[in-house]
Amino acid sequence: MSDKQSLASVEPKADKGRRMLLLAGTGAVGAVGAGFAAWPFLASWKPSARARVIGAPVEAFIGDLEPGQLIRLQWRGQTIGILRRTEQMIENLPDVNDQLADPSSENEAQQPPYASNLYRAIKPEYLVINMHCTHLGCVPEFIPEVGAQPFEQNWKGGFFCPCHKSKFDLAGRVYSGVPAPTNLIVPPYSFVDDEHVMIGVHSEGAV
Amino acid sequence: MAKPASNISRQLSNVGAWIDERIPVSSFWKAHISEYYAPKNFNFFYFFGSLAMLVLAIQILTGIFLTMHYKPDAAEAFASVEYIMRDVEWGWLIRYMHSTGASFFFIVVYLHMFRGLMYGSYKSPRELVWVLGVLIYLVLMAEAFMGYVLPWGQMSYWGAQVIISLFGAIPVVGDALVEWIRGDFFVSDATLNRFFALHVIAVPLALLALVVLHLAALHEVGSNNPDGIEVKKNKDSQGRPLDAIPFHPYYTVKDIFGVGVFLTLFAFVIFYAPEFGGLFLEPDNFNPADPLVTPPHIVPVWYFTPYYAILRAVPDKLAGVILMGMAIMVLFILPWLDRSKVKSIRYKGLGSKILLAVFAITFIRLGMLGMGEGTHAQTIESRIWTFAYFAFFILMPFVTKYEKTRPEPERVTK
Repeated sequence: MSDKQSLASVEPKADKGRRMLLLAGTGAVGAVGAGFAAWPFLASWKPSARARVIGAPVEAFIGDLEPGQLIRLQWRGQTIGILRRTEQMIENLPDVNDQLADPSSENEAQQPPYASNLYRAIKPEYLVINMHCTHLGCVPEFIPEVGAQPFEQNWKGGFFCPCHKSKFDLAGRVYSGVPAPTNLIVPPYSFVDDEHVMIGVHSEGAV
Repeated sequence: MAKPASNISRQLSNVGAWIDERIPVSSFWKAHISEYYAPKNFNFFYFFGSLAMLVLAIQILTGIFLTMHYKPDAAEAFASVEYIMRDVEWGWLIRYMHSTGASFFFIVVYLHMFRGLMYGSYKSPRELVWVLGVLIYLVLMAEAFMGYVLPWGQMSYWGAQVIISLFGAIPVVGDALVEWIRGDFFVSDATLNRFFALHVIAVPLALLALVVLHLAALHEVGSNNPDGIEVKKNKDSQGRPLDAIPFHPYYTVKDIFGVGVFLTLFAFVIFYAPEFGGLFLEPDNFNPADPLVTPPHIVPVWYFTPYYAILRAVPDKLAGVILMGMAIMVLFILPWLDRSKVKSIRYKGLGSKILLAVFAITFIRLGMLGMGEGTHAQTIESRIWTFAYFAFFILMPFVTKYEKTRPEPERVTK
């Protein structure tokens, strides 16, 4: 451009098609680059390697559990309960079926296939359950006593959530007509031997 | 077919008008971007202003993400940086972008400042553009220094020890001042914690405010150019400078090209040489801070070494600190030291050309000496170059006043 030429006199000669192509090309390459550049920043919010290690499977010793005793442990920050049910508790399970929302555990998201039975367990004696209420995440109280309770006249034993009054039976199955929509979650677990349970490892193999 | 499209565009322009009546978006865009007229003869050295802003943006973005994982605690800081490097998804990349960005910031800023020296961009009416720029440089040094302390490695620790101790050279209040800065009787958790606060929020805010002022001052007086002549003197019938072109699209396109080249180099260093042979991240800083062991060879990061060489060249504590401080402070009065009729080095006399060339060599040589082990020979050489450094400023008023200059052209040249 010589000194005398103003911009206006140059403009009409511009090849508009070529300009659009260059603009679109630069914009597209730039957008792809911005996308690739954004990914590491977004991905840095994922659980880190440390968090994943902390979230590794947890082994629990159940050899000294008394019948009727519940122990609690943490796996991935969740309260996991292991209940050694008494024979009476196991026998009573079908009694409340007509009061439950999902008595036969048809909602597959709430337990692994190997726990999709009346007991919601691999061995009927041991209930392994994620104790967080499926309503809003509080941990229900464990109330094994059979008999009248302030919240239920005909209580057969189970879990009662103090936050919003949801009720679950001794297999973590939710009662009808409470805020919690689904049964308590059975986490992936397996028996290492008769005295040890591995929380976080599926019964058939690694997660 | 045309009708719906024109309806949409009318709706959009209505929205635009509604916003403009309430906040001056389009007039701001015009004044500073689409109708900011910049001289058409910008060359290679004019990439570095926009690149400095790009690096600032990169530092702020990566810095925000680093604070999400970093622990400003003397017991945890070092491990948290290693945690970022090893455990956080892509954490190594974000950290290397930040540490490499710090060095690239200074590379870009030094070239940007050299451009100003070459073309007289500090001369009237741009004195405040320069002064604000020097302030940015000063604040940037504080930012870089405090950032280097955060990984809490050996160089972080002993660098902080040395730099903070410089204030101890001040008579009477020195010792109390040093204790106050550290918040303890030694460089400790308290020091780290306050440096973290300053590094991630206080200093960056000051830096951003200064950048806004730097640009406001620049856009008020208009950009200089390699010929050092005022393009506002020659205007067309509509009052537009004949030798200038709108910043957008002309210089935005040019700058995008510069950004592409810059990011290529930046990525190369991040992926293949993030420590840059110990220049960008010193080997000793991969050891955790230990108040009981000083590393045998302690030097600051490369961008501070010219001043460090000046400090070490002086055989007196207070005088060394004063001379080092003056080496930076003298930059503030540069606009009033240059008494030449012309701005650009192109039209200045041989004396100015020699002065600038020697000054550039001096700065680089001092930087190299500042990285050295401080042998006797290096100290002697540092003294010679320290004289050369100040000679540039002392001789400038005389050389620029008495040397024979060439006439500036009426219009910009290629």
